[in-house]
Amino acid sequence: MIHLSEIHRAFRVGDDEVRALRNVSLDIAPGEYVSVMGPSGSGKSTLLNIIGLLDRPSSGLYRLDGEDVTALTPDRAAQVRREKIGFVFQFFHLVPRLTAAENVELPLMLAGTPVAERAPIVGRLLQEFGIAPRARHRPDQLSGGERQRVAIARAMVMHPAAILADEPTGNLDQTTGKEVLHLLEDLNTRGVALILVTHDPELGGRARRQVRMIDGEIHSDTGARP
Amino acid sequence: MRSADLGRFARRSLTAYRSRTLLIVLAMSIGVAAVLVLTSLGEGARAYVRNKLVSLGTNLLVIIPGRVESFGGGGGMMSGRTPRDLTLDDALALRRIRGVKHVVPINVVSGEVWWNGLRRDVPVIGSTDELPHLWGLHLAQGQFLPPQDPRRATPVCVIGWRVREELFGARSPLGEMVRIGDRRFRVTGILVRQGQLLGLDIDNLAIIPVASAQALFDLHSLLRIALEVNASEDVPFAKEEARRILRERHEGEEDVTLITEDAVASTADRILVALTLALGGIASISLAVAGILIMNVMLIAVSQRRSEIGLLKAIGASAGQIRAIFLAEAAMLSGAGGIAGTLLGQIGCWAIRRIYPELPAFTPVWAAVAALALALVTGIAFTILPARNAARLDPAMALARR
Repeated sequence: MIHLSEIHRAFRVGDDEVRALRNVSLDIAPGEYVSVMGPSGSGKSTLLNIIGLLDRPSSGLYRLDGEDVTALTPDRAAQVRREKIGFVFQFFHLVPRLTAAENVELPLMLAGTPVAERAPIVGRLLQEFGIAPRARHRPDQLSGGERQRVAIARAMVMHPAAILADEPTGNLDQTTGKEVLHLLEDLNTRGVALILVTHDPELGGRARRQVRMIDGEIHSDTGARP
Repeated sequence: MRSADLGRFARRSLTAYRSRTLLIVLAMSIGVAAVLVLTSLGEGARAYVRNKLVSLGTNLLVIIPGRVESFGGGGGMMSGRTPRDLTLDDALALRRIRGVKHVVPINVVSGEVWWNGLRRDVPVIGSTDELPHLWGLHLAQGQFLPPQDPRRATPVCVIGWRVREELFGARSPLGEMVRIGDRRFRVTGILVRQGQLLGLDIDNLAIIPVASAQALFDLHSLLRIALEVNASEDVPFAKEEARRILRERHEGEEDVTLITEDAVASTADRILVALTLALGGIASISLAVAGILIMNVMLIAVSQRRSEIGLLKAIGASAGQIRAIFLAEAAMLSGAGGIAGTLLGQIGCWAIRRIYPELPAFTPVWAAVAALALALVTGIAFTILPARNAARLDPAMALARR
């Protein structure tokens, strides 16, 4: 599904060129559970941004479901993100003035789904993630775990093929973090590819396939095919 | 994204950032109100001046003796001829012009009114019974000059309010004989106190039949003849006819000047329209200031909402949608400001009308529409740049920075 080949990504910071990714090649099949680990600055977030079409490689090729998405126009990239990828962030990124239900509804709203069709979809997701009683609360009235569950519901609302989670438990206590991770893994067992970026070896170790990054390169990959 | 959703989303952010919203709406409404109040003032001034001119009669044609050349120095003098007199017979001849309601011959001479050893210097007007229609004079007591052949010198007179005060005090002057010059006139009427008209103090004059005035002061020419026609459309025809008749009577010589009031009125009107536009233009500067305020606040909003914009992009918002969100907010802000400003402006106009009842300060429809449209255009135009900045934000960067 995801096919990265010889991806480079360099940033210019002042006079220095920072090479965030060097010659990264990675294939991820539909429904796979991959953790990307490495120290901070190793390029794992950059890799996730490139997979999520939030960033573009400086060179290399990226195919998503067979389509070359290396150099899409920004609007087409937005459309692909909307249809195929769900994001879960460390800081939740909920819109503070909207209720939990409205936050979950946002991708449907941007996609232009009719109002009548949205309510049942949102209702079902809130139910599924156990936040239905909190549907009318704003993010500042929710606990960290509830916020992250709202964010996951939002990521799932468009039925993405892959969930990209960047340190999804980084802002949660241990117990809540575990719960959130179980939730994501549960989604994975139902066929959604899960790509989990973390610096925590204990969390990353739960994935069937583990990719280790150091200095912008893939250092090891337990699932790499020859 | 559906427009109903766009509207709802924009409205949510306006209610969430309440002080920002109030500030912009306030600035916008002051701008709009300024435009409305100033254009209404201009329009009020125009209506005021027009009313004053109409009260003089736009259906008026005034004929004065002598040809007034706009250049080249007095033609009659240069050619060695004095202008012919404008006579009472000339005035009578003009009566047969179609559409003419009143022909009023007028002489004004300064004279003295005597009664019982008291004297008062006044302008003495020689005219006919039709003068009150022309000048809008009203009688407090008695009657005006009798309707009669203007060539008859009946010894009657009408006096102004102040003349009566000075000469008669509390006594009734009706039927009393006063002396004007060396003749005696019976007082038949007293005018209502009404102040100045055309630079003449109506309260301080005496009116006698035009033939009496000509005999008394040995006048051969009238000061002027005023023609009032039925409708302003009749003015051009009456003007040409009067010119033709007088040329015939003056042996082919065109030695009179014809003045129409509507020329004066339309010039004044044009000047005041220009004034209104200028006032509106000056007031629109305040709208531009409001626009710049909107731009500032929107730029701040964009940088405050970086992570939100990044998120919207991550979940699939296109650049166009991001732009639309900010422009919709601006349109709502300026629309609300426009409506509030219209209300504020109407309150302002109402206050002006209360303070200056003479000035009909009503907002012209074009100004109300233009102010509202200008508010919307300014609000949206000044948000284009912030909205474009938002749409161009790099989502990865916007999400990374907290």
